[in-house]
Amino acid sequence: MNTNNIKTIFSKELKSYFNSPVAYIVMIVFMVISGFLFTMNFFQVNIASMREFFGSFFIQLVLFVVFIPAITMRSFSEEKKQGTLELLLTKPITDMELILGKYLAALTLIVITLSPTVLYFIIIKMIGPIAFWPFVTSLLGYILMSAFFIGVGVFVSSITENQIIAFIVAVLICLFFFLLGKLLIVFPPSVVSIFEYITTDYHLANISRGVIDSRVLIYYFSMIFLSLFLTKVSLESRKW
Amino acid sequence: MSIKVTNLTKYYGNYLAVDNISFEAKKGEILGFLGPNGAGKSTTMKIITTYLPPTSGTVVVDGFDVEDKSLEVRKKLGYLPELNPLYYDMTPVEYLDFVAKLDGVPAGEIKKKREEMIKVCGLESMRKKDIGTLSKGYKQRVGLAQAMINNPDVLILDEPTSGLDPNQIIEIRNLIKKLGKEKTVILSTHILSEVTATCNRVIIINKGKIVADGTPEELQAKSKGQSLVILEVKNNCDKNALSGSLKDIRNVNKVEFVKDTGDSFVFNIYGDKGSDLREVISNKVTQQKATVLSMQTKQSSLEDIFRELTK
Repeated sequence: MNTNNIKTIFSKELKSYFNSPVAYIVMIVFMVISGFLFTMNFFQVNIASMREFFGSFFIQLVLFVVFIPAITMRSFSEEKKQGTLELLLTKPITDMELILGKYLAALTLIVITLSPTVLYFIIIKMIGPIAFWPFVTSLLGYILMSAFFIGVGVFVSSITENQIIAFIVAVLICLFFFLLGKLLIVFPPSVVSIFEYITTDYHLANISRGVIDSRVLIYYFSMIFLSLFLTKVSLESRKW
Repeated sequence: MSIKVTNLTKYYGNYLAVDNISFEAKKGEILGFLGPNGAGKSTTMKIITTYLPPTSGTVVVDGFDVEDKSLEVRKKLGYLPELNPLYYDMTPVEYLDFVAKLDGVPAGEIKKKREEMIKVCGLESMRKKDIGTLSKGYKQRVGLAQAMINNPDVLILDEPTSGLDPNQIIEIRNLIKKLGKEKTVILSTHILSEVTATCNRVIIINKGKIVADGTPEELQAKSKGQSLVILEVKNNCDKNALSGSLKDIRNVNKVEFVKDTGDSFVFNIYGDKGSDLREVISNKVTQQKATVLSMQTKQSSLEDIFRELTK
């Protein structure tokens, strides 16, 4: 694995995000929504905590199910459409270096998008006692969840050259993992624990309470690994 | 610095795109791939450049097998695909820097290499413009600059002059000829004059098979083409009688009446290859009491050979 190659792809991707309106739209809309919810929660609940904020169904839905697919939809599909994938795949870099460069660039964009939450924490900290640790783990939970869904989005965009299809399919898959947790009540108790493990909701809730369970980490990292692996398979499918 | 293709076969599903072809290209050779659309030119190039694997057979570039040592092969290659792979939101400078980094050009040399390519490909005035706003000819030049930036031993160019105007075509051809002296170049085209103008060797492919391989001159000599005389006579004669008597000449295969220009008749007279019919024709015309206004001979062109081999 040549880190220079990953860096080359990474910086090209990040630049192209900021060359197009997508990055700005995502960051600004997230700031507006989160800022609004933050002030609403903060003044209504009147407790120095960001639990309500991170637990907000609306923020999670917009961020994980809409924004992430919107960011990742062009990652490979645009390269396929413009023929540039043929350029990249005939240069002396491996498929995995290419995938990681693209993946890490999308993840970086999401981390930048999430950065205003640090500001919210500082604001609360100035006026009331707020625990540091749950904030860190909640943010970590958000990043892990994003890392998983970005993997899904990058994979989906590698199977089609149509960005719109990439977006819709990624939304559906993310929605499935995201909503399954909310629908667990309809399942018989005997199977709930199995489903629980594959839903993101359960793990996100766990980690937000301030507990970093190894089961949670294993869950996210295996999902990320799986999606990157599937992307590699999809790139290699040209050879079949 | 060589490319060796041995018994290369490629299937797309059930469709046979390349059918058991073998050839070799050495340093200093500019090899022209000629063939109708869908003949297998691009597929062969995609295999040489490691983008697609062969179904069977081997391709070795500079001693490295394209399947087992694909990264080594890629380091030796410059490749311009048929669909020019450009990022429209980058400027030529950004694009060339990006490609040079991927090619593993040392950081300290990237700027020098890039400036060299910008100069060679005539991109000075476009260096700060978005590639998406450039004309097709300039885009093609950026594509060529990209293929050559790592000073590759082997250059694979899939229709390098498509979309260029006649002046640019001549510039690019000269550039390729200059580069070809110290590299191995394979270029594909369906413009026949391009092959005669640039290549010192031609491979004609049809339906996945090699149907001819040699220098442009050799191919011309090998063809079973015919000689052609274009005859123009004054219109004060009986054109049917004349054409009848011309047909009687030995070695003449066909006489074609082309047009009546108002004061002259024009005929195409096809004869056996290598025969010079001008003298006999001139005599026949005089016998028919007609007047020769002009006569021209034409040797069979590469175009005839191409049509003959690929129909």
